[in-house]
Amino acid sequence: MGTYIIKRVMAIIPVFLLAALLTTGMIHLSPVDPAEAYLSAAHIEPTDEMLAQKRHEFGLDQPFLIQYVNSILKICQLDFGISYLSNKPVWEEVSYRIPATIQLALGSLALAVLVSVPLGFLAGIRKNSAIDHFSRLLSFFGASIPSFWLGYILIFFFSVKLDLFPVEGIGTWQHLVLPSVTLALPLIAMYTRLLRTSILENLQQPFVLFARTRGIKERTIMVKHVLRIAISPMITGLGMNLGKLLTGTIIVETVFSWPGFGRYFIEAIFNRDIPVIQCYVFIAAGLFIFSNLIVDLIQMYIDPRISRKEGHR
Amino acid sequence: MITSIRKLFINQKVIPICSLILGILFMMAIFAPWLAPNDPIAVNLVYKLQPPSWEFPLGTDHLGRCNFSRLLFGARISLGFAMLIFISSLVIGLIVGTFAGYKGGWVDQVLMRFCDGVMAFPSLILILGLVGIFGPGLPQVVLALMLVQWVYYARMFRGMVLSLKEQNFIAAAKISGSSQWKIIKNHIVPNVLPPLVVMGTLEMGWAIMDISAMSFLGLGVQPPTPEWGAMIHEGKSYIRTNPALMIYPGLMIMIVIVTFNLLGEALSERYGVKRDFKKE
Amino acid sequence: MSMLVREQSNVLQVRDLHVQVNSKNGAATLVQDINFELKRGKVLGLVGESGCGKTITSMSILQLLDQKTTKIGGSIELLGHELNGLSEKEMRKIRGKDIAFIMQNPMNAFTPVFTIGHQFIETIRSHTKWNKKQATELAIEALCQVNLPNPDKLLKYYPFQLSGGMLQRVMIAIAACLHPAVIIADEPTTALDVNNQKKVLYHLDKIRSEHGSAILLISHDLGVIAEMADEVAVMQNGRIVEKADVFQLFDKPQHEYTKKLLNARSVLPLDESFIHLA
Repeated sequence: MGTYIIKRVMAIIPVFLLAALLTTGMIHLSPVDPAEAYLSAAHIEPTDEMLAQKRHEFGLDQPFLIQYVNSILKICQLDFGISYLSNKPVWEEVSYRIPATIQLALGSLALAVLVSVPLGFLAGIRKNSAIDHFSRLLSFFGASIPSFWLGYILIFFFSVKLDLFPVEGIGTWQHLVLPSVTLALPLIAMYTRLLRTSILENLQQPFVLFARTRGIKERTIMVKHVLRIAISPMITGLGMNLGKLLTGTIIVETVFSWPGFGRYFIEAIFNRDIPVIQCYVFIAAGLFIFSNLIVDLIQMYIDPRISRKEGHR
Repeated sequence: MITSIRKLFINQKVIPICSLILGILFMMAIFAPWLAPNDPIAVNLVYKLQPPSWEFPLGTDHLGRCNFSRLLFGARISLGFAMLIFISSLVIGLIVGTFAGYKGGWVDQVLMRFCDGVMAFPSLILILGLVGIFGPGLPQVVLALMLVQWVYYARMFRGMVLSLKEQNFIAAAKISGSSQWKIIKNHIVPNVLPPLVVMGTLEMGWAIMDISAMSFLGLGVQPPTPEWGAMIHEGKSYIRTNPALMIYPGLMIMIVIVTFNLLGEALSERYGVKRDFKKE
Repeated sequence: MSMLVREQSNVLQVRDLHVQVNSKNGAATLVQDINFELKRGKVLGLVGESGCGKTITSMSILQLLDQKTTKIGGSIELLGHELNGLSEKEMRKIRGKDIAFIMQNPMNAFTPVFTIGHQFIETIRSHTKWNKKQATELAIEALCQVNLPNPDKLLKYYPFQLSGGMLQRVMIAIAACLHPAVIIADEPTTALDVNNQKKVLYHLDKIRSEHGSAILLISHDLGVIAEMADEVAVMQNGRIVEKADVFQLFDKPQHEYTKKLLNARSVLPLDESFIHLA
């Protein structure tokens, strides 16, 4: 078990190096010269001299390999450079905005799990019942509605017409409701569908019949045996889609004027604030890797087969 | 048994109805210049925020532009570029996938590991990264989507080639002296087509969703070009006074995506293709 | 259950069993006119090719067919109590306690994410008021009975850590530990190699003689039937076409279908006797 975790953690290192390579390489692929972008963001008329000086400052005149190693070392110290726009360290700006994004992401993730687990479970064990039809309708439309539009529709009905929730901003729990619902709906759609399919597949397994012939209570069989196994693909999906959740926050933050990391990133793209863009891509990659690791560990807990494959006979 | 009969029954209706809707949408896109009553980008502040009338069937927006004409021209962008992404990623995928499948060995290994890497990474982050490097604009978004999508086709074609390599009917056809073209026409195309159609249909829906999302964020289509996502972006300020401005384009996006998804699902059931081969 | 009832030789009596499945195209009959009885300590073999209704018969005894789509007619009496139409709650108490079931493929019969011990104790505690420790003791004793080494350690293993033969013996131990009146064994040896087959049959035979459980042995393997069964019923297309004492059936088959089955078998070499080997 311990070796499995260590192995799994070790596997992160090459991905980390690759992500660092991508973020370093980004600058060289970009048609925009960082020195020029910096000066234009600072509203300074660029001269050749200043450009050369800035390039030297950014270390762009060094060989690529050195730049790469330097950026790895800097990333390890959470140093993502200085924002061109605000002249403050990027990490400072980012860490100031991340809590809002995490609040939003966790809120909608919790909502998605709380809705899709019971819904997918009931839809699976009561195939073709009313709740099953409802779940299928929900997962179909949830996957087809663009979230930015859904956000405005919710604002239109619940804020403008009914005046139940604030239109935008952050603060109270009421502020969190509409953005979380918007962000959660596509996730609910996906997870409900995944869980339902998985429950249906597992109900066909011989272990369900055997548990029944042993006289175990039907409720125990469904909840303890079937759900526990059937939830596994959903958890994998959860990890895989954390990236989707992150990009979803960009859209939802824009719709609801939520002062988070995603909106900051969009502003950075418009302003060609390259260090911020690099930081976002790197953190997104990091979050993706990290969430997959967490998911693997949860899977290991749920399904003992994963860590004990080379077990005793 | 019962469910399969019902499925067949539903599919028999779903497939023609969805095809009809898509046909109408494509016609709208192709003939937009002739169908549109007004110039979609002509600004006329005298007529701003008009209610529906004979001249402007769905009213006008905050710059006095005809909503209906803008929606029609918007279909051109969404459907046109979704087609472009579909065809180009299909071609790239076809070339790389068949090459990897035929070559095998380390070539195959390297290419497939690369595909795994792209697949493992959330596609929207990749797209945003690319837009971050090259700056906002529709070409960037389209390029980024192509770069992400082709791997799925590459995997599919590689798998296809590998399984065909194993199967005896190809060898049998060769021995019996069928020409190469005949082998492709009679054996390979019927095998490849169903999953391709299913995947392409679902893919188009996703591409339209992604393009409009990017345009909504201001990273894709730039104003004044009419595009549904961009129209929602422009209309959002009038949510209190004129909600129709953002409701219409959103409805269009939803209709298109629902149709593609329904059709994709119905086709995958009919041909028995597994639907969840993709990220979703 | 009173001694008086226990003394009755007919433990399970099936009368005019008739199972229909309802679909949109009307009702189809799966099995009909099934009549047999299981006697205390005796083995009834049920033979026939796959799809002839053997499994449907055993599932209707356990009342485990989907009630929405199937209809069970006739009478199934366990020690004088009618099972057909019994509530799910009542039936649950009988399954695993009075009627135990041994599955065909031991490798996927256990829930993969729970230990053997968990599933063993879960079964015992579903039917008794015992605490975990008492249940564990009984489980260990039952595992010893089927000659499994280190039963206390075995309980901590997950199903995928054991071989098919071991799992099948665990299944027998679970079936036997509450001394059921009836054990239904559905192709208990099919998934196993010859050596494990012998062990499994040996233990089934031991349970029969020690606890007096009646066994319904479903198999397509006539070698197994010949060794184990006291009586044999032959099924074809949802009906019992012939039922006779095992010697009579093998020596003087009456029905054409039985003759066909026996002829098909006689091509294969006969297994040596195994009872004393395991």
